[in-house]
Amino acid sequence: MIANDWIQILFSLGVTVLLAPLVGRYLAWIYKGPHLSLERGFYRLVGINPDHEMTWKEYGAVLLVSNAFFFAAGFLVLWAQPVLPLNPRNLPPLSPELTFNTAASFVTNTNWQAYAGEAQLSNLSQMLAITFLMFVGANTGMASLVAIFKGFTRSGSQTIGNFWTDFVRFFIRAFLPACFLMALIHVYQGSPQTLRTQITAHTLEGPPQTLIVGPVASLESLKHLGTNGGGFYNANGAHPYENPTPLTNTLEFLEMGLFTFSLPFFFGRMIGRPRQGQVFFIAILTLYLSGFALIEYSERMPNPLLAHASVEQQVGPLSDGGNTEGKETRFGITQTSLFSNTTIAATTGAVDGAMDSMNPLSILVYLVHMFLNEEPGGKGVGFAGLLKEAILAIFLAGLMVGRSPEFLGKRIESREIKLASLSLLVTPLLVLWLTGISLLLPSGKSSMGNPGPHGFMEVLYAFSSGNANNGSAMAGLNVSTPYYAILLGVEMLLGRFLPLLPLLALAGALARKKTHPETAGTFKTDQPLFIVLLLGFMILFAALTFFPPLMLGPLLEHLSLLHGISF
Amino acid sequence: MKKKVILDKQMMIEATVQSIVMLNPFKLAKNPVMFVVGIGSVLTTLMAISSLIHHSTELFFTTTISVWLWLTIGFANFAEALAELQGKAQALSLRSTRAETTASLVTPRGTVKIPGNQLKREDQFIVEEGNVIPTDGEILEGVASIDESAITGESAPVIREAGGDRSGVTGGTRVLAGKIRVMVTNKPGETFLDRMIDLVEGATRQKSPNEIALTILLIGLTLIFLFVVASLPAFSSYSGIKSSPTILIALLVCLIPTTIAGLLPAIGIAGIDRAFRANVIAKSGKAVEVAGDIDILLLDKTGTITFGNRQAVQFLPAKGVSEEDLIRASWLASLPDGTPEGKSIVRLAETHIRLSNPPAEAIPIPFTPETRMSGVDTPDGEIRKGAGDAIQTYVGGPFSPDLSESISSVARSGGTPLVVAMNRKPLGVVHLKDVIKPGLKERFERLRKMGVTTVMVTGDNPLTARAIAEEAGLDDYFAQAKPEDKMALIKKEQEKGRLVAMTGDGTNDAPSLAQADVALAMNSGTQAAKEAGNMVDLDSDPTKIIEVVEIGKQLLITRGALTTFSIANDVAKYFAILPAMFVTAYPQLKILNIMSLATPVSAITSAIIFNALIIPALIPLALKGVRYRPIGASALLRENLLIYGLGGIIVPFIGIKLIDIALVLLHFT
Repeated sequence: MIANDWIQILFSLGVTVLLAPLVGRYLAWIYKGPHLSLERGFYRLVGINPDHEMTWKEYGAVLLVSNAFFFAAGFLVLWAQPVLPLNPRNLPPLSPELTFNTAASFVTNTNWQAYAGEAQLSNLSQMLAITFLMFVGANTGMASLVAIFKGFTRSGSQTIGNFWTDFVRFFIRAFLPACFLMALIHVYQGSPQTLRTQITAHTLEGPPQTLIVGPVASLESLKHLGTNGGGFYNANGAHPYENPTPLTNTLEFLEMGLFTFSLPFFFGRMIGRPRQGQVFFIAILTLYLSGFALIEYSERMPNPLLAHASVEQQVGPLSDGGNTEGKETRFGITQTSLFSNTTIAATTGAVDGAMDSMNPLSILVYLVHMFLNEEPGGKGVGFAGLLKEAILAIFLAGLMVGRSPEFLGKRIESREIKLASLSLLVTPLLVLWLTGISLLLPSGKSSMGNPGPHGFMEVLYAFSSGNANNGSAMAGLNVSTPYYAILLGVEMLLGRFLPLLPLLALAGALARKKTHPETAGTFKTDQPLFIVLLLGFMILFAALTFFPPLMLGPLLEHLSLLHGISF
Repeated sequence: MKKKVILDKQMMIEATVQSIVMLNPFKLAKNPVMFVVGIGSVLTTLMAISSLIHHSTELFFTTTISVWLWLTIGFANFAEALAELQGKAQALSLRSTRAETTASLVTPRGTVKIPGNQLKREDQFIVEEGNVIPTDGEILEGVASIDESAITGESAPVIREAGGDRSGVTGGTRVLAGKIRVMVTNKPGETFLDRMIDLVEGATRQKSPNEIALTILLIGLTLIFLFVVASLPAFSSYSGIKSSPTILIALLVCLIPTTIAGLLPAIGIAGIDRAFRANVIAKSGKAVEVAGDIDILLLDKTGTITFGNRQAVQFLPAKGVSEEDLIRASWLASLPDGTPEGKSIVRLAETHIRLSNPPAEAIPIPFTPETRMSGVDTPDGEIRKGAGDAIQTYVGGPFSPDLSESISSVARSGGTPLVVAMNRKPLGVVHLKDVIKPGLKERFERLRKMGVTTVMVTGDNPLTARAIAEEAGLDDYFAQAKPEDKMALIKKEQEKGRLVAMTGDGTNDAPSLAQADVALAMNSGTQAAKEAGNMVDLDSDPTKIIEVVEIGKQLLITRGALTTFSIANDVAKYFAILPAMFVTAYPQLKILNIMSLATPVSAITSAIIFNALIIPALIPLALKGVRYRPIGASALLRENLLIYGLGGIIVPFIGIKLIDIALVLLHFT
């Protein structure tokens, strides 16, 4: 690594770390204060009583029903594309299974793309289906997190707030303004923002080239700020219209972290224990940085299989060294590592390089990020998952202080454990079984483009991404078949809502409980030992659950590389 | 009498038999984790039989795994059986003391001699000097000095009498002097000891809330590992390996938390048993466990913090009165006074000056509620002692400033000022002081470090209460308390989310005892108190609650420590079994065999043997409990995480390697 790399890393991370507490404080202000008159007007317009308090069941029901509606709306727009306006190219509709897959993908904040945007979607579909679902998907995640916070901020309460106010406040006061501002910067940097569909360029070689354009900049800012990840173009962040300059690459990195890294601080402010927020932030940052370090190390490693070929793998005046396959030369290894680590860790799923060309240890990091899905995780739901892990870790080890386990004054009892365990079961079940089934069924195997551990990883990666609502694809696997389109679509919906509902119930159970005052015998969770406990539990748990696939995928490929074995 | 852990050959044999009886599937189903092992054992046994029929090469391996799976369940059952037997033996050792007694049943036609075990509830019987009390009951009439050494080990006899707060008698104790009429308070077979035996015997044993939560987590983990193992055949088939059901079952059993699931019942029973060894009979396992959680401990001042009575510590003569005159007058006034306070004045006076020959014609004047004074009329004049205001009335005028100052200084220090006057002239003040039991300060300090706030409840005025609370090292006090105030205090603290513990013996304590989260009733107390509390202390020592708190904490720590240990163990088992499963297809995975176990067969066998043997290896720890030290929650967690978390990761690597070496030496592979 050269000085330039360090400057890039320190700048990007430095700004993220500086902004996170400020944004966290701002979010807390949004949710602690009264309604704005603008919001009141909106509620009156649509007939919502913003002060109506919901039980967790009602909250969950409203969340499910509204998302079902969002899903149906997105589905219809995509399905009716040929008859809707703004389709001068007369693009046909997506196939039914792909329409289902896409609507499921975007309503769950996954943004898995089994279609190629520039070739298959009209500008109206990009705006009304894709952009719309990107907004509501991210907003739903945020609202559910705010509801889960109520489990800790309330004592002896039957209710956990109002879904609509939780939804609207973030949208009006943070999400929309931020997206608007960033969209302007993307336009300034060269991203198109137009209702035109194509422009014709005259190339130096002579023949004209048709370039697809549209409302790219607005989708682009939303894609990162909402940890969505779905691109306007198939090449996603590697496309020059989506990510024109190193500045936009850095900005997109910052946008992904802006809200996600601020969530622990937001939590700390909401529960009135800022230190607790800092402690969670440090835990998240530790996992995040460890992941980045391993990716950077792995990508800088020369490939032993290429040692005898005339490939320059050492750092030299003309080469960055290491594994440059599938990387944008504009960004190089460090920017790609940093971007990919963030995009996976924050479940954005946008990519600015070819994941399939990454070294196996990098893939290992991506997979672990998606298994944990909490460092920092997607908009809202990631941090909610972290709170669940904290509850389980404290229950398990907390007994060792000689008291019934407590977290932030809430006693952890059988109901909490039942709900947290239920939420925890979903990931192993979906990822392991769907991967296993696909490896056995002909319709699963026929899509595989690679043999051996690499092919295995591609399938594992797809289902890990679907479950984690991540949306990044390793590629190398043909997922536009009906089998994968439907299975992944179902997985994204289950991976989103199955773990979320028990967490809302958990919030309901915690809110009902009285907050227990701390004593000298209570284990304090705002200190370094808690970080050790939390990280230890998370890593141990992920290792125990996913050791077999990690061994047969990335580890096996890495060892094979070292032994010069190919498949 | 500290009861020792009873552990002998006889018990081992009995526990072994019991652990085979407990293989009953209905019994196993109560423990979901061990039930999964049970299914695995049956399946591997069937596979072994099938290998035998088909002369398969797998026979030896499958049989070995099957045998060790059965042993895993056996060891877990053994742990539970051993804990049950121990508890039962403790209780039976008590019951034997009252096996064959006769009782004098009171009937309308006089008393009839019947065997003690035929007494029914609400029967009345008479016990005379030298006889053993046949069963638990409450004294209706009479007073007796009773030797309770059979149950408490305390040789000094205790007084039990009708009507007061010390009217309870226990079966098996002996009346040394006096005659009492007693009413039976329990149905036959429902005395505290009987309940205790039921509690450890499993019939009525209920899982505590915490145990239930932990069991749910263990089921969750079992399900996750079931998902993991069930996905392996697909992964193997992709790698071109045929997966062996025996290996998959072995891996599943190694991964699911068998260690803690096997020891969980034993830990709970051992907790109740440890309380019992401290002479505390818990009515439920939950009671002991909750004791570890309490935030506030309410303690009565009298009898708990201080000895029941005040002691004279100082004479403060009034101006112009010699100390000798005051002492002599106090001595004379107190000689006829049989109260402990009076006796202590006599004792203190005699240590100060030589006193002898009280005048023969002295007439004792007893204390009356009207005068609120007592004293003596001697030929030299009348001597009176009493509270300041009573003497003031007697003297008929205000005290001199210096005397008033003496009175208030005594009150300020937490003492009781007793003014002595002769011929209506005040001589001075005797300082009566509450004497705090020795060693309490250290115990309260220990409680503070555990996070328990101690609150003294007393009828004294706030000034006195504060002084005593400070001297005894209590965190807080509640002065001028009436019995019903205690109840309000408990409710108020519970409202704030705190758990409250208290001790009590009187009938008027019963409602508070029922309200408190942890209530330790004194065995000497009334039946109502004993019914309301959730624990009974046979020694009737109010400070015993501190020991109970520690036992509760120890119980929770042991549970947490063994759970952590059990789950941390899985890392090594993965490293033993997974490379063994896939190394034939992918030789490059050999590097993951970091223990360099000899062969795939020896690796898997070693892991399953370790998994089985760790259960009996941890039985002593489960029964004895992890040591609790009040060093603060974080320090304690750090220490236990290092021992049971990190240790749990490292120990199986060593254990599995050693077993593998042994297997190689035995030419097993």
